[in-house]
Amino acid sequence: MTDRTAGLFVEGEPIHDTKAPSGPIETRWSRRKFEAKLVNPANRRKLSVIVVGTGLAGASASATLGEAGYVVKSFCYQDSPRRAHSIAAQGGINAAKNYKEDGDSVFRLFYDTVKGGDYRARESNVFRLAEVSTNIIDQCVAQGVPFAREYGGLLDNRSFGGVQVSRTFYARGQTGQQLLIGAYQALQRQVAAGSVEVFTRHEMLELVVVEGRARGIIVRDMVSGEIETHLADAVVLATGGYGNVFFLSTNAMGCNVTATWRAHRKGALFANPCFTQIHPTCIPVSGDHQSKLTLMSESLRNDGRIWVPKDPADREKDPRQIPEEARDYYLERIYPAFGNLVPRDIASRAAKYQCDQGKGVGPGGLGVYLDFADVISRLGVETVKARYGNLFDMYARITGENPYETPMRIYPAVHYTMGGLWVDYDLESTIPGLFVAGEANFSDHGANRLGASALMQGLADGYFVLPNTIRDYLAAGPFPAVAQDAPEVVEARTAVQTRIERFLSSNGSRTVDSFHRELGHIMWEYCGMERTEEGLLEAISRIRALRKEFQDDVRVLGANEQVNASLEKAGRVADLIDLGELMCIDALHRRESCGGHFRAESQTEDGEALRHDDEYAYVAAWQYGGEDGPPVLRKEPLVYEFVEMKQRSYK
Amino acid sequence: MKITLRIWRQAGKDAPGRLVSYQRDDVSPDMSFLEMLDVLNEDLIAKGEEPVEFDSDCREGICGMCGLVINGEPHGPQVTTTCQLHMRSFEGCDSITIEPLRADAFPVLRDLVVDRSPLDRIIQAGGYVSVNTGSAPEAHSQLVPKVHADRAFDAAVCIGCGACAAACPNASAMLFLGAKVTHLGELPQGQPERDARVVNMLNQHDEEGFGGCTNVGACATACPKEIPLDVISQLNKDLRHSLVRGL
Repeated sequence: MTDRTAGLFVEGEPIHDTKAPSGPIETRWSRRKFEAKLVNPANRRKLSVIVVGTGLAGASASATLGEAGYVVKSFCYQDSPRRAHSIAAQGGINAAKNYKEDGDSVFRLFYDTVKGGDYRARESNVFRLAEVSTNIIDQCVAQGVPFAREYGGLLDNRSFGGVQVSRTFYARGQTGQQLLIGAYQALQRQVAAGSVEVFTRHEMLELVVVEGRARGIIVRDMVSGEIETHLADAVVLATGGYGNVFFLSTNAMGCNVTATWRAHRKGALFANPCFTQIHPTCIPVSGDHQSKLTLMSESLRNDGRIWVPKDPADREKDPRQIPEEARDYYLERIYPAFGNLVPRDIASRAAKYQCDQGKGVGPGGLGVYLDFADVISRLGVETVKARYGNLFDMYARITGENPYETPMRIYPAVHYTMGGLWVDYDLESTIPGLFVAGEANFSDHGANRLGASALMQGLADGYFVLPNTIRDYLAAGPFPAVAQDAPEVVEARTAVQTRIERFLSSNGSRTVDSFHRELGHIMWEYCGMERTEEGLLEAISRIRALRKEFQDDVRVLGANEQVNASLEKAGRVADLIDLGELMCIDALHRRESCGGHFRAESQTEDGEALRHDDEYAYVAAWQYGGEDGPPVLRKEPLVYEFVEMKQRSYK
Repeated sequence: MKITLRIWRQAGKDAPGRLVSYQRDDVSPDMSFLEMLDVLNEDLIAKGEEPVEFDSDCREGICGMCGLVINGEPHGPQVTTTCQLHMRSFEGCDSITIEPLRADAFPVLRDLVVDRSPLDRIIQAGGYVSVNTGSAPEAHSQLVPKVHADRAFDAAVCIGCGACAAACPNASAMLFLGAKVTHLGELPQGQPERDARVVNMLNQHDEEGFGGCTNVGACATACPKEIPLDVISQLNKDLRHSLVRGL
């Protein structure tokens, strides 16, 4: 640690995954399932589980736990569980079915994911993910998910970035929607059966920890404003990622970090917060009023070719008038083996590099072309329409341009967060009884997630992993009943009420959104696609000043006892500010480049990310240091027994 | 662009509501409709007035959370969701009236926010395939002809926004219902429960206070996902089969 980072954090004891199995990797999950204690069906009715979030991980976990016979309460902030942001995933879901007989296997999916994650994910977890991937497809087909099919009636596949096989199952450009509706319907079936109770328009604002165990949550009814306490034997957070710390991202407006951040403050470690994914193919920003960014699915890179004009002078020209020889198809040139299908982190940085060279197109020079002219002339407009019709329509609506006639303009945008609450092999956090699933945990994607793997992980966790591991914990229950007036419950409720009153009475001059926007600018500028020590230190000092100003000068109108979006946002933004600081500290301490984390000080001669495995082959799990104390860094060493750590090459 | 907005303001479920006018002088045609409302809200807060509450989440046209009646049309003048509408669609338009989705079954909670939980309860009544996790057969054990898979998909794109019911003169949610019945009815996995599904879902639909189909097709015109009207024909056909078989 040099002087410049002194005082920003302290180092604590290393951490180990005590449930991580050993032995041959292909037997580990079976062994864990066998060794995890069982709960007999009659006893399951006496055990209750709270699941927060109804995306792929949350809805599938609630449905599966309900089917098993546990008493489940499910919470979401939206007006229906079907609206969770998993629904917006476009491209597809990976599974090692090897239906194309193109050399795919569980081991290859495992290998690709570990490599794609730039060797910062756990081998055991990733292997399990690859192993259950095939069950997910079976499950979803049985639920009636209308995956794309070939004329013979079999399921169709396509390929995605970072791999050389076709293992991605898809439902036009709406795969997330169809998978989520499948999980939502399974959930609603359990509601009808009486095993799951769903609380919509309820936001979790605090975790209740009693005698060291997670025993419940404090929620706000977003219609009446009532602060409610819900208690259970275990709590599952499936509350998604924190990409909205950047204000502009492809996340939904309501996505936030509050549930996981509140758990972090109560003792759950937050792992690798700086590992965020910038997606290379999004529609560029059009103005200051912009509220979110829209993704154009990675699947477009199967058929679209990315280029910029070789001569910056051509950047204002109509792209159709720029001849072939004056275009630079830079991904195909630099990475001939993978071409336009290099992983996301590489494609994003390459686009930024081209724009930094002054070759960017569109407003502000922040865009590159994604061109479909070749595939349209090869296969015809109708085929392209069948593959990507809804994406082309969306692009046309947002930009007012017709992508069948002129190339799309795209630019990278924040899309996914690999970091999240630290969990062990059982998906249990450092607070006993608190489990974390889906994007909200950190476990499977390392420093970069491959395309079509988020849907896979969400459903793997919810349908197949968590229901099998949580029983080992629940077998010791039911735990002693917690009274509504137990000191820990009262303290949590009071903390929530005090915070709400503070927002409503602060009477400042600035709106919550204006703070959020400013936080986003800081994060994008200094903790975005490229990070430096200088910049991160600057970001930390600006975030601290912003936090102070937020406390003194935020303006939230109205009352608690009503629908009040500003009040909801105030709590979320306050937590995002705190998270933003931790992200910068994490990014600062990791003096290497890996996956989505690119430190300018650590690159190869040709500008590729340079890892330092001797120093940084670990998970950075951060422990909350209190209101005034610095966060505590706890390292979990990463050991690779089955995949050799190499500098990634997609050339 | 200069536009006068007339927006429905209602303090709570049982409070009276009214249209309130707001003058906007700085609307950019590249703004989305909801970004225009965001900017209005920022200005209202600055003036110390409570912002207009409205629902939106993904802002990509897929989650179904947004849904405003704009100049009398659910989701406005284009075939898309409210969040995907841009102000360039309103060039030459002096005034815009913005109301919540109107249907007896969708009570207003505040301003433009309504309660659409009846749609969830219709799904609970049978809009699923009863298959427990882990009990699924191998995905390729059943072939599905592409035409059936495609028709199932065309119906499965429903986002549950409720525009169909708000557009219908009789506040019927038959398009929503027909979409689910068709989605699952086109697939082999949906066959075992097909007869019971249509009857149970229809009963729930009626119980929630939605009206019967008026056959005017306003629902399909308003549907942002272009769900075809013939899903209602399919619904009726399934219902007849089910009744003939004595369910």
